[in-house]
Amino acid sequence: MKFAVVVFPGSNCDHDAYYAAKHVLGQQAELVWHKDTSLGGADAVILPGGFAHGDYLRTGAIARFSPIMGEVQKFAAAGGPVLGICNGFQVLLEAGLLPGAMLRNNVLQFRCEHVHVTVEQTDTPFTAACTAGQVLRIPIAHGEGNYYAEPDVIERLEKNRQVIFRYATAAGEVTTAANPNGSVNNIAGLCSEQRNVVGLMPHPERACELAVGSADGLVLFESVVKAAVLS
Amino acid sequence: MRARVFVTLKPSVFDPQGTTVAEALHTLGYNAVKDVRQGKYFELDIDAPSSEEAKRLAGDAAARLLANPVIESYRIEVDS
Repeated sequence: MKFAVVVFPGSNCDHDAYYAAKHVLGQQAELVWHKDTSLGGADAVILPGGFAHGDYLRTGAIARFSPIMGEVQKFAAAGGPVLGICNGFQVLLEAGLLPGAMLRNNVLQFRCEHVHVTVEQTDTPFTAACTAGQVLRIPIAHGEGNYYAEPDVIERLEKNRQVIFRYATAAGEVTTAANPNGSVNNIAGLCSEQRNVVGLMPHPERACELAVGSADGLVLFESVVKAAVLS
Repeated sequence: MRARVFVTLKPSVFDPQGTTVAEALHTLGYNAVKDVRQGKYFELDIDAPSSEEAKRLAGDAAARLLANPVIESYRIEVDS
């Protein structure tokens, strides 16, 4: 299986994602520059974390117009698995590949810590190896992760089971205190209506080996490999 | 021609930065300030034959890039 990790000017988790796919998982992986116009025959695409274009204007607002995003749109429309992590999630929102937008964290602080999230749905390529209700301990690092969408959009997301991850306690309880940024309904991650595009604010690629404090994030990458084998 | 684009959060969207600025103003004694909404301001220097054309172009730019319609709205003024 081949992963393409898109590199925008200002991406800073691209190598973490590449490392997780290539060295932890033992799959093929390639870094793809944002001005490229080919995903190189990849089976899965990762939009990594960081500060694409310095987060100027709005997070992800400039990156969504990068030449490679046309290919990512086509890849997603054809059902290919796309994972947006943190800034990558913000790019997916700006590109309209996922609904809604990010506001400044309600606490106004940049939150950088390990949090717990529950896996709400397992029928996406990035949660196929999870168990429903599984609690993952993975880090967040963002100033703008306060997910917002109009109430009717939220209602539709919940009805379609598109909320994939929620901020929770270590025991898996979804509480206001466990919400680090003010996101509506504790939303930490979403999938598209077709379920192949997934975005989340926490960083699974930074939690793939016990040496860095947690290996709970690895299951997302294992999931997409498993989903590829099954399809 | 110069177009001024004002981008603000929609009234339904909570503005944590504006709220914090309002609290700071209250600390300074500006208790008459009831609320603060923070936004963005752009000046576009546009080569256009008429102010209508400049306004149309600025509106297009605002809708596509300068504002995110999910959370923001915009207003445009053009100097003739």
